[in-house]
Amino acid sequence: MKAIIIDDEPLARIIVKEYLQAYPQIDLVSECNDGFEGIKAVQQYQPDVIFLDIQMPKINGFEMLELIEDPPAVIFTTAFDEYAIKAFESHAIDYLLKPFSKERFDKAIQKWLDQNNSVISKTNTQELLETVAQSPAQHQRVVVKIAGKIKIIPVEEINFIEAADDYVKIHTKEGSLLKNKTMAHFEKILDAQHFVRTHRSYILNVQQITRIDPYEKDNHLAILRSGAKVPVSKTGYAKLKTVLGL
Amino acid sequence: MNFGFNIEVATVDTIVTNIQLLGACWLVSNIFRYYLPQKERYWYVVFFSLGLSGLITLDSKGILISALSKETDYLLFLSKSWGVRFGVSFLLIGCMSILSILWYTLEEEQQNQQRKTDAERLAKEAELYKLRQQLQPHFLFNSLNSISALAGSQPEQARTMIQQLSDFLRGTLKKEEQQTIKLDEEMQYLQLYLDIEKVRFGYRLTTVIEKEDACNDMKLPPMLLQPIVENAIKFGLYDTLEPVAIRITARAIGNYLQITVQNPYDHETSLPKQGTGFGLNSIKRRLYLLFARNDLLETKSENNLFTTIVKIPQTK
Repeated sequence: MKAIIIDDEPLARIIVKEYLQAYPQIDLVSECNDGFEGIKAVQQYQPDVIFLDIQMPKINGFEMLELIEDPPAVIFTTAFDEYAIKAFESHAIDYLLKPFSKERFDKAIQKWLDQNNSVISKTNTQELLETVAQSPAQHQRVVVKIAGKIKIIPVEEINFIEAADDYVKIHTKEGSLLKNKTMAHFEKILDAQHFVRTHRSYILNVQQITRIDPYEKDNHLAILRSGAKVPVSKTGYAKLKTVLGL
Repeated sequence: MNFGFNIEVATVDTIVTNIQLLGACWLVSNIFRYYLPQKERYWYVVFFSLGLSGLITLDSKGILISALSKETDYLLFLSKSWGVRFGVSFLLIGCMSILSILWYTLEEEQQNQQRKTDAERLAKEAELYKLRQQLQPHFLFNSLNSISALAGSQPEQARTMIQQLSDFLRGTLKKEEQQTIKLDEEMQYLQLYLDIEKVRFGYRLTTVIEKEDACNDMKLPPMLLQPIVENAIKFGLYDTLEPVAIRITARAIGNYLQITVQNPYDHETSLPKQGTGFGLNSIKRRLYLLFARNDLLETKSENNLFTTIVKIPQTK
């Protein structure tokens, strides 16, 4: 069985490594400093379990998981993060609070081994990520993968979001990016004072609007600074008016 | 002035009347020490003064008539002068009442004022204490985790780190608000913190400290520097992947101690406002409570460097 440790503090990795020595059947194939290395290592080694810290440089543990298509079993290790701990508890996911004892570590490993090599099933991971996405700290940016590269987009730079089949297309001044999330997800996580769902298929950054023109019967078109024209439905127009204070 | 009466009669009259008046005034002043009428009840005071004047006039009458019963001229004079005596008593007692009320109201006001300033001072102290106390649990638990790791392989280093962490914690727990400490002392304290963080983050964290000699004896509020540096370290370490150098500079500029803390960041992924998170807000609040100024902390970001500048006014 293969394992990977992902933690930005070297001493924190040393502890897990040391505790793992009691399990000859678990082979530690890689140690990673951050989420970027973590994604690469997971793709390269296809581990059975990862020990994942949450607060890490650039992208945190949750954002890293979001970018992995078929994440392996995860045992979270964290020092203090009220929101994450609440999320773990509500999804019955095992996590280790630093500093943790060998006994506690053994228990987590045992649980993972007992549960047929999946501490968390894939649906559980998705649910967890949805819960975590609602924490205030996660509202600041959106992480996407484009052509193997990871891009971090501050939410202020989003012009508008467009539904595209199973994906959403995030339009920024540098072009558009795809992410496999739903419109409802973005409607929920983005600040309602700045992002309004003006149409079934569109969420708009109100700060980007330069003009709103009438368009056909009952409908409008919002003209953005980038020049893009975004449809606004009748109900969307009403929502927009309240946010803009018209 | 004895109105043609002999000196004895005049003296007795004077003594009796004045003792009565004195007693009445003493009574008035004592009553108002413990009971201050509300504004809408000031007319009580008029009634009270009238009553009291009447009472002492009658009282003096009884005493004077029995004491000087043989002086018929005097008794005649006495019976004509009740009105005047009553009037004078009323004026005196009325004046005394007003004075007492004014005096004690003023005193009460002063006490209230004192209580208010005391309460404000206590609240300010409590707030300052709380602001100084804001220890990041993340820092504490991660440090303990590092110690736990060191305990296995390098017990000596674990012991050193426990020592550093203890000294650091003791510093944050200090209760008495020393108004200011010397930069030298604060720097020693900061060094403890930096040493701990360097063990945690290993090669990724380096620090450069530059200090003008003129600053050594300059003063600053205790525990002010550490949260600023903590903010810079967090911002720097979590916003970039490369090794991070934190630069701390202390300069004496005019009547100010100016401390600059710089950390790298990535302008593409984070907006400068993230850098003025909780850590800096509480510093701003502290500076305001201590110096009543809002312009002592500023931040700027350019060329992927985030700079926090804090100026501490020096009192000579």
